[in-house]
Amino acid sequence: MSDPILEMNHITKQFPGVKALDDVSFEVERQQIHCLVGENGAGKSTLMKVLSGVHPFGTYDGEIFIDGELQKYNSTQDSEKAGIAVIYQELALVPEMTVFENVFLGHEIRKGLNVDINETIKQTVEVLRKVKLDVNPSTKVKHLGIGKQQLVEIAKALSRNAKLLVLDEPTSALNETDSENLLRLLRDLKEEGVTSILISHKLQEVIAVADKVTVLRDGLSVITLDNHNGEVNEDVLIKHMVGRSIENIYPERKKKPFGEVIFEVRNWSAYDPFRQRMILQDVNLKLRKGEIIGITGLMGAGRTELALSLFGNTPGYKVEGDILLKGETAKLTHPSTAIKSGFAYVTEDRKGDGLILIQDVKSNITIANLRRILKSSLIIDQNAEIKDAREYTTSLDIRTPSIEQKVLYLSGGNQQKVSLAKWLYVEPEVMILDEPTRGIDVGAKFEIFKIMNELVERGMSIIMISSELPEILGMTDRIYVLSSGKITGELDTKDADQETVMRYATM
Amino acid sequence: MTFFKELKQLLVKNIRDYGMYIALFVIMVIFAVATDGVFISSRNISNLLNQTGYIAVLAIGMTLVIVIRHIDLSVGFLAGFLGAVAAIALTAWGLPIWLVIPLVLVFGIIAGQITATTVARFGIPSFVATLAGWLIYRGALLQATLKTGTIIIPNDAFNALGNGYIPDLPIEGFLPGLHKLTLLIGIVAAVLMVVSEISSRKKKIEYDFEVLSKNIFIVKLVFVVLLIGAITYVLAGYNGLSWTAVIVLVVTLIYHFLTTQTFLGRHIYAVGGNPEAAELSGISVNKITYVVFGSMGMLSALSGMLYASRLQSATTTAGTLFELDAIAAAYVGGVSSAGGVGKVTGSLIGAIVMVSLTNGMNLLGIDISTQYIVRGAVLVAAVVFDVATRKRTI
Repeated sequence: MSDPILEMNHITKQFPGVKALDDVSFEVERQQIHCLVGENGAGKSTLMKVLSGVHPFGTYDGEIFIDGELQKYNSTQDSEKAGIAVIYQELALVPEMTVFENVFLGHEIRKGLNVDINETIKQTVEVLRKVKLDVNPSTKVKHLGIGKQQLVEIAKALSRNAKLLVLDEPTSALNETDSENLLRLLRDLKEEGVTSILISHKLQEVIAVADKVTVLRDGLSVITLDNHNGEVNEDVLIKHMVGRSIENIYPERKKKPFGEVIFEVRNWSAYDPFRQRMILQDVNLKLRKGEIIGITGLMGAGRTELALSLFGNTPGYKVEGDILLKGETAKLTHPSTAIKSGFAYVTEDRKGDGLILIQDVKSNITIANLRRILKSSLIIDQNAEIKDAREYTTSLDIRTPSIEQKVLYLSGGNQQKVSLAKWLYVEPEVMILDEPTRGIDVGAKFEIFKIMNELVERGMSIIMISSELPEILGMTDRIYVLSSGKITGELDTKDADQETVMRYATM
Repeated sequence: MTFFKELKQLLVKNIRDYGMYIALFVIMVIFAVATDGVFISSRNISNLLNQTGYIAVLAIGMTLVIVIRHIDLSVGFLAGFLGAVAAIALTAWGLPIWLVIPLVLVFGIIAGQITATTVARFGIPSFVATLAGWLIYRGALLQATLKTGTIIIPNDAFNALGNGYIPDLPIEGFLPGLHKLTLLIGIVAAVLMVVSEISSRKKKIEYDFEVLSKNIFIVKLVFVVLLIGAITYVLAGYNGLSWTAVIVLVVTLIYHFLTTQTFLGRHIYAVGGNPEAAELSGISVNKITYVVFGSMGMLSALSGMLYASRLQSATTTAGTLFELDAIAAAYVGGVSSAGGVGKVTGSLIGAIVMVSLTNGMNLLGIDISTQYIVRGAVLVAAVVFDVATRKRTI
């Protein structure tokens, strides 16, 4: 009894110089949750853009059928009319508007020339109930957390009678609880007749929620698996995604005894005067030479704030406490002093505050340490720069047509490597890596981990911040768990497991 | 690859960079034909460059301001006001010119620091902060000229900045009717250009970089040499290089060097490209803001002095709308309002384009109302072109 709501047949989409999709066929059964997985650049997003009309009919080869009817979209409005709603990672809500205004944005309920506010609110309440979101419809969206905003976005789709929801990495910015809520909601909506396509990097949640899983690789649709007959597990998915099996995604490190304590934080506190609350409270940390420590915790625990404040970037916070470098007190008042003292900070948001996307690979690598290539006190030695940039590009295996390629055009994994190269270029002793594997694929993750191991083997020390417990457990030597700005637990990784860490994180 | 195929590819690939030059060329040809050659006469070109001077230096400063994602509306009346200050210093205070020029430049830097303080320290949007500056400097200009009205500047050395020409080599009988020092400068410039192009190409080959094929490279060199030659010849046919042109060239060279070869330039473009990333890379965004607005203030002072010198007086309306001309020149020259993109050389060409339009239409006796409309249309066309070509490359 096959009853497809969506059939995409032999879709081929060319970009100048690249075949993004190569004869991909993709079929989604009604009232199912169909997951789409694949490495970055495998073609998942392109396929969804074809479906939603971002790439209009005629710019691709192949056919799309909804309920057996051939679809020819000229724009995203057309696909919306056909009942397709795409929810992107970056939410498309207006923060300054209320929940009900957002839900009915673009298809307001009219009474003459006016908006019928009472009717709008009434219908909003109904649709909010469907997504199990208990907020006042007149709340401004900016006052809601990211998890609730996501639900508003789904409510918006439902209010337009969407029958096919497409969610692009919906849980990547959510904490565990919000993620679980969202996935539960998808299951409930399924019972009510809504079909979902879920794009995700998190294989565990895929396995937990999917009816079917389709794997894309290099623009080809590799396989579609049924999750109900037990053939789907993480190893199988990874094997299909990368085209080979990765035995252990956490590479072995030669164990060496650690050196002296190189970096110590004592009674570190930060107060945010605007929101009038403590961001960090009495944090104590120690890092030895050649060691990787992990800092983990739930969303909002203060992980990134901790890293940024240690790095000398404190947007208006009042900071107290001491930093000791090799036993001596250091004042890091600006990232520039931190860098001079041997620190590097690889940000969690490489596109937002890590890289200068419109500049080339070369300039991005050298920007944090131009001193290294100064000819005189002012002039840059451009030849030395090219030489150095080449060296770092090769040693980190950054795949780019040239070091003069704009970073914008690189894949997520390669961008992350440029980010690493930039910070290795300052020759730090202590490297803070904030969510180093966010949004990059399995293959690139493995390479990043390998680089991390090489670095500590050479005597560097790493602070790894991550919300992904498996990688914290797989990569670190010791773990600090943060909760509401306080260190609630310090564990030796050997003795730690996910449950223990989660217990501390929710303390 | 065949010669023409490469040429075409080159044009298509770099259409953004070349677009402006092509536009300037087209505009010049149109006016040259329409005015029966008057437009490209030595006298007119020389005049045109002098008219461009005070806008060009503003446009160069404005380029950096827009690159770091700000705007400065106050520069027009700041220039007017500082021009009046220069006039007062020369007349009422009786200061010598060698003291007045650096003094006024320092005043300009101070004015820039004040703007930067409101923007960087207090976080006021630069549009608002400099709109306030616009009002304040306009008032200041009126007060400065309140008692006397127009201040006549009876200082020949100062007035030469906007009206004078560099002296000629004293060789009697050799090349009569041509300005020999200008020719010499042109030849030296062309030789330097060729030598530096060849050495940079050599280095690129050494580093295994993509370079132009030999034929195209030669064509490019010939083209550049011809261009410099043509400009030199035209200028030499009248009074030679004007002091204004020399000043603009020097300012352009310094800023071109600063922006492309130094760490300061890198920092400025990094702040423009992504301020958060720049800050985390150890660059103080505030410091760069101070530097850029300081340079803008200094160039405003220079612009004001060039203008006062050109009119040989400080007037009550000096500087009116300069800021908008400078901003338009920068945008025509390919500066992106999204920040991080834009060359000072582009803005110089942009300024020449805008002044050419005015100058050419004046020669044709076109009504001022029409002139505004045409210049507006060209500005829009330039930015549309810029946005369209940028989209295509992404």
